[in-house]
Amino acid sequence: MTDRRVVSHLLRRVTFGPTAAEVDAVAGTDLGLTVTALLAPAAPPRLPDLGPDPYATLAAGATKEDKQRARRAARDQIGDATWWWLTRMAGGGTAEKLTFFWHGHWATSVQKVRSAGLMLGQQQTFRRYGGGDTGPLVRAMLRDPALIIWLDGQRNSRTAPNENLARELMELFTLGVGHYGEDDVKAAAKVLTGWQIDRAAGTAKLVARRHDDSPVTLLGHRGTLDVDGLADLLVRHPAHVPFLASRLWTRYGSGDPAPAPTLRRLIAAGRDVTAMLAALCTDPAFPATAGHLVKQPVEWMVGALRQLAVDPATLPDKQRKQVLGGLRALGQVPFRPPSVGGWPSGAAWLTTASAQARLRYALALTALAPAAVQSLAEAAKGDRLEALARLLVVDGWTDRTAAVLSGAATEPARLLALGLATPEYTVH
Amino acid sequence: MDTITRRRFLTASGVVAGAALAAGGTAYGIRDILATAGRREPGAKTLVLVTLYGGNDGLNTVIPYADPAYAAARPALAYPADKVLPLDGAFGLNPAMTGLHRLYGRTKLAVIRGVGYPKPDRSHFRSMDIWQTGRPDRPGNTGWLGRWLDAAGGDPRLAVSFEPVLPPLLAGATSAGATVPGGTVALPKIVTTDLLRSLGAASPGEPAAQARAAACFADLTRIQDLMRDVTPDAADDQDAEDAPAATATGGAEPALDAQLALVARCVEAGAATRVYSVSLGGFDLHADEKTAQESQLAKLDKPLAAFADRMARTEAGRAVVVAVYSEFGRRVRANASDGTDHGTASSMFVLGDSVKGGLYGEPPSLTDLDDGDLKYTTDFRNVYATLLGDVIDGDAGALLDGWKGRLDDVLI
Repeated sequence: MTDRRVVSHLLRRVTFGPTAAEVDAVAGTDLGLTVTALLAPAAPPRLPDLGPDPYATLAAGATKEDKQRARRAARDQIGDATWWWLTRMAGGGTAEKLTFFWHGHWATSVQKVRSAGLMLGQQQTFRRYGGGDTGPLVRAMLRDPALIIWLDGQRNSRTAPNENLARELMELFTLGVGHYGEDDVKAAAKVLTGWQIDRAAGTAKLVARRHDDSPVTLLGHRGTLDVDGLADLLVRHPAHVPFLASRLWTRYGSGDPAPAPTLRRLIAAGRDVTAMLAALCTDPAFPATAGHLVKQPVEWMVGALRQLAVDPATLPDKQRKQVLGGLRALGQVPFRPPSVGGWPSGAAWLTTASAQARLRYALALTALAPAAVQSLAEAAKGDRLEALARLLVVDGWTDRTAAVLSGAATEPARLLALGLATPEYTVH
Repeated sequence: MDTITRRRFLTASGVVAGAALAAGGTAYGIRDILATAGRREPGAKTLVLVTLYGGNDGLNTVIPYADPAYAAARPALAYPADKVLPLDGAFGLNPAMTGLHRLYGRTKLAVIRGVGYPKPDRSHFRSMDIWQTGRPDRPGNTGWLGRWLDAAGGDPRLAVSFEPVLPPLLAGATSAGATVPGGTVALPKIVTTDLLRSLGAASPGEPAAQARAAACFADLTRIQDLMRDVTPDAADDQDAEDAPAATATGGAEPALDAQLALVARCVEAGAATRVYSVSLGGFDLHADEKTAQESQLAKLDKPLAAFADRMARTEAGRAVVVAVYSEFGRRVRANASDGTDHGTASSMFVLGDSVKGGLYGEPPSLTDLDDGDLKYTTDFRNVYATLLGDVIDGDAGALLDGWKGRLDDVLI
């Protein structure tokens, strides 16, 4: 038997916010089987057809007007891709949550990449390889056009080394700070020289004359390396799996460091991301992390849409803008991480500004969900707080919050809006 | 605020503030400001800290134009002597910095050269953590101004940022500065101050993150007193239907001039706030740097010079001291994409009416380098100690782990 709280917690963490029905469906079943079923690999979806890359089709002698048109077209494509992804997220499922994790990990912003197509291409790489061994993922990411543009990889050549991608690769993507030196950064930059992007085709290719294939000394190994050799060297480095474990724990487990035995179990799962996530979800320390994480704005917004049964695919333009405006006000827009370090976590999201924004957009969300309001109205007045907790899959209200919510029990719409802004719903 | 959560935030995502996304165009201004604020000590000064995210290339900002090693190290990036805005016979400002050059001429701009710290870290995140926590050995979990705020009583109104995400430097152990994007508190009609106060109460035994989420509502009631919103029409628009209209387009974060305009209004209204944190990003120029940096520096120079001019006009404004820093400078030698990679020591600016303008700090040698990088000559904690002690009346030794150094004579 699985305690309802335990499954609620599990689903809150591995999906974009469960509905009460989704909790009902797995409550009482075997936890291990539930985790296995939840984390089962999903086939990557077909990407939306956005049309050709507007910048790639821009002729050499393009006029100012042509360029402006391309900029507008690119912006529209980015908008379409963003909405398509939010719709995918709202479809539920753990795969998109993991895709979102990797997006924050290999944090690449469309602001510099300027191509929705390349951003979606990167996302498919996360879907294809993100649940498995990190070796193929790192190999694929080193050929990823969006990442290469983002970190000046196409500027990195034999005669003109550029360290940007090499440094972030080790610091932020595979090993963590302190496990490599400045000479390793220089050596890795050399290995990564020569990659060029074809925007129209959406591919990266190695240009031999720009590539430096002289031997390097990298992390204690001497020899000639190609990108695959570099990727393998990094994922086999003793710091890689612990680094991955700490990154997964930070987003799925807790802002507090993992207890030593838990960390050991995560590391024992090795480089297989799904195995590591399964270890995390079934770890004895996992249930006690409930309420430790602050929901990222995308998690808050998408979770609310799901629980309020608002289907993003059917929302008219005006309401779409409202949802995107909410994400912007809360500080997190998909495809636009603030820096290569990704989005913050924990208390950084808890500011006086975000508290205001949550109140405002809680109200806006409520206005999109008359059926959810109606369902609360149908509960007897004395049962409405409990109905609200069930709807939002909150374990319970503190006395403080219950007192505030009781004051709104006669106004179901207001009750729902306040519920979405409560401290209890802000964390998970 | 839970310190362990904040530790994660600081060490895993150090540059969160530069990262701060904006509440976009919630740009209706404060028309009447802070009528209720006026409870500050007579003569108390105000610190405005400007963070430049990305690692600004110090050598092309304060340019050692007379040193032949400068042009030799970066032929395509170097400025010739006749292009720089001269400070003296050896140093000049980037041509884009006409406003600050004018302030220098009026002896209101101090340029401190060679500022850095021991064992420099070339990671943006780590180095920004070091600068924002004020702790080169062990960045830890509190910002240097957050610790000041703790000691000053912890009222969030004392340390304000106009970005929606808390900059780590304003995170204390027991308190945190207020983040007020747009400088207004726009609450939907369903919320009353009483309700906020109730929702903001602590509940025994709840998780730390949840307690912090609750405390934000309590903080909000205090901010509300400070930033009384007098544009009810605009606020109503924010209510339900049209909430995103103001933010549907627009930039990723409030422009520096917008942030400084809010600071100016608060200062002139006599707000109790003693510390304002503002920021500008976009300095990480690994490629094609020269034009891009000029455009970045213009984005710094124009708003900052305009702010300084405006501040000079009022008594409250003349008590403002502005300090500008970035997490590191860049390599002396250009890379071959006509950019520069991450480096070490750089210059800081301190400006204001009570600043004694001029050149400070030993300029680092361009030839005696540490693995291709400048050796710092002034520890940034010396500058912090002076700002803490002389501007915001803090105990620099206690707030900087017993640090004894300071930068003398920079303030009148």
